[in-house]
Amino acid sequence: MHRFPRSSAAALLAVFLMLAGCASQVSKGEPSSRRDGDAASRKAAPDFELKDMNGKTIRLSDYRGQVVLLNFWATWCGPCKIEIPWFVEFQRTYKDRGFTVIGVSVDEDGWEAVRPFLASRQVNYPVVVSTVEVEQKYGGIEALPVSFLIDREGRIASTHVGLVVKKTYEDEIRRLLD
Amino acid sequence: MKMRSAAFWISALAATALHASAQAPQILTLQEPQKVTVPREGEAKVALKLSMRPGYHANSDRPSEDYLIPMRLTWDAKAPVEAVEVIYPKGKLEKFEFTEKPISVVDGEFEIVTRLRRAPNALPGPAFLSGKLRYQACNDKMCFPPKTIDVKVPLLIQ
Repeated sequence: MHRFPRSSAAALLAVFLMLAGCASQVSKGEPSSRRDGDAASRKAAPDFELKDMNGKTIRLSDYRGQVVLLNFWATWCGPCKIEIPWFVEFQRTYKDRGFTVIGVSVDEDGWEAVRPFLASRQVNYPVVVSTVEVEQKYGGIEALPVSFLIDREGRIASTHVGLVVKKTYEDEIRRLLD
Repeated sequence: MKMRSAAFWISALAATALHASAQAPQILTLQEPQKVTVPREGEAKVALKLSMRPGYHANSDRPSEDYLIPMRLTWDAKAPVEAVEVIYPKGKLEKFEFTEKPISVVDGEFEIVTRLRRAPNALPGPAFLSGKLRYQACNDKMCFPPKTIDVKVPLLIQ
């Protein structure tokens, strides 16, 4: 019988428990943040391949070597709209240091809803429309906004569910870029 | 019997726990609708009694911003009754941390009333009226994807 190494089993369990921890906060309706300060304990961000507004393929793994702020949002989500101008500013300020934001819209109406929204704002980072499969890879998106900060090695350094303060993001981005 | 690997059992256990804990909170609760008698002539009323979880709100049927998803109750067109009018609760204008100006919302306990009349070809006797209530809720820090509740009202057609 093929034996699964104990270390791998423990790592798998840790990923589930990490996601379950954030999810249980969602069930209480409370914002939550989880940071994995120790790089060795970070889990790999699940890869995905989605199209942007112009049909260009955006693949998360193509951003390996950069710090990525992966933000799940929707046009009907008020708290998400507060964060988007922050992300535009982060993109402008930190892009040249190897940073990018990737916006993932979970709008049911897809580009029909997202395209006019983007046209009315100066969003300067890639935006894609999600699929159920991608959302499941990220533990299921039960509440918005949800953001994952991903380090240069493609590992999840922190997870934020709900509206958090701008400085929290900026401090984490700087720490990951340094 | 073939033994399952440790990974299988850990995955199954953790996925079950994750699924249970990842459920969005029960935000809007609909009380079991009471039986409604629909007279041969005239109108009847269906009052859906709803309650929002404390600290949460849903957009009213007339949200004050274009981007917000309105509350909407739709009834099955093939029912033995016709909906004359759906009367939603009046939205309250409230300001939240994530809004620049107050938005029209409902919270706490409220009713959605539907005025009904018998459909011309309806047969007398017991029947059901089925519908769907769609809403989108938030609290002051996060929003939840739009949800649809199935509604089923027992009727007595006279």
